[in-house]
Amino acid sequence: MVRLSISRHWREKGAYYRLEGIECLDCGKRSYPPAPVCPHCGSRNVRRVKLPRTGRLLSYTITYSIPEGFREYAPVMLGLIELDDGTRLVSQLTDTKPEELRENMRVEAVLRRVQVDGEYGLIHYALKFRPHRPGGRKE
Amino acid sequence: MHPEDKTGIVGWGAYVPRYRLKAEEIVRIWGFEKTVPKGLFIIEKAVGGSDEDAVTIGWEAARNALMRAEIDPKEIGAVFFGTESKPYAVKPSATIIAEALGITPVTMASDMEFACRAGSEGLRASIGLVASGMVKYAMTIGADTAQANPGDVLEFTASSGGAAFIVGPREEAAAYFEGSYTYVTDTPDFWRRAHSHYPLHGEGFTGEPAYFNHIINSVKGLFNKLKLTPDDFDYAVFHQPNGKYPLRVGKRLGFPKEKIMPGLVTPWIGNTYNGSALIGLAKVLDQAKPGQRILVAPFGSGAGSDAYSIVVTERVEEKQRLAPMVQEYIDDKVYIDYGLYAKYRGIIRRITG
Repeated sequence: MVRLSISRHWREKGAYYRLEGIECLDCGKRSYPPAPVCPHCGSRNVRRVKLPRTGRLLSYTITYSIPEGFREYAPVMLGLIELDDGTRLVSQLTDTKPEELRENMRVEAVLRRVQVDGEYGLIHYALKFRPHRPGGRKE
Repeated sequence: MHPEDKTGIVGWGAYVPRYRLKAEEIVRIWGFEKTVPKGLFIIEKAVGGSDEDAVTIGWEAARNALMRAEIDPKEIGAVFFGTESKPYAVKPSATIIAEALGITPVTMASDMEFACRAGSEGLRASIGLVASGMVKYAMTIGADTAQANPGDVLEFTASSGGAAFIVGPREEAAAYFEGSYTYVTDTPDFWRRAHSHYPLHGEGFTGEPAYFNHIINSVKGLFNKLKLTPDDFDYAVFHQPNGKYPLRVGKRLGFPKEKIMPGLVTPWIGNTYNGSALIGLAKVLDQAKPGQRILVAPFGSGAGSDAYSIVVTERVEEKQRLAPMVQEYIDDKVYIDYGLYAKYRGIIRRITG
């Protein structure tokens, strides 16, 4: 079974829970996940920012062969998502099934379980993306 | 004047998972007589997905409440999470939600336990903290992935969902509290021991000695305290273990069906335990008009009930469209069969690791 690192998950909870990324103060581009160096221009002059919670699905893939520990989520759907500010990221998709997925569909981030470490270990939570449910305003 | 009336609801939110299990599917699997769902007034129930639990459900309800409150999460000084589906026996769920919403670190945070009434105890505590001036805003969440022994009549209703409320100063509120009243006793109507997956219920105790006795006493206590009668209220919301009980308790208290139906949700989403009456209150706030008065009376086994009188202000309408409405969550649904339900709710036990 693949186990998520407790310390890494704790360190990155801003990214996993609140969709914190970075904005480069030199080239102005945003990226996710957060890193000390801008992946676009190599600058270390970056700051943490909260990214928008909504966007669109650019592309996706569906995984049927998955490691133990994720079987209850199978098939695992992974999406390439462009957030409303243009930032792109890869995330698990939830509350949907392969035949419902469409390129350019609106998606929104929701907090979900990503892995449960057996009967006694930690429950790891993180944001996944789901097709936008009706109602409310767009953030 | 009561301390409560310095405070009000500045934001409310609910969340209902997308999946639904029809009551007739439980009839089919467990061989019930076909009229049982009608007797309970239950049509279908909401089912959380594989990656949902009380924390994720509570998070989404709380996020919706924050969208309506339009406040900086850091201004929230207390987070109470009422559930009987705690993902951890020891490790607070309230801190996970508070962290994920950006409320931490300078806040109180705790999980409440009182069967289906824990979230309502959080609401009373929130009112007290805000009224005393100890905190400016306090959040209470009631959410569950309700458990029921497979094949037990409770399985028709035990469902997933939640609601959250941010209590703050009356002058910012969409609805303010006029008063509240609590009535509790030691009653053996429903319980779950520490290592049991499913609750048990003392058949003879669930109706009259528990649900009806406690709700009737809390509501009558509130009426006496505030000098109000059923005619003074536009809506009445009660705990909803099934669709039938709230209509019956309302009738005994003198409320016509028309005042109860707007906040009745269990026939279409099931009993979300800590979410039950609170989702009903959220649904009423979604449609209420300024000046209307709401009675809400949650109930928890063990047993106890709170009664609140809430008056809607002119701020309600500007907040209603700021987050998804309860009815929109109810209408957005996907039917699943018993097999998927069993997988999603962890009823199928697997060897892992």
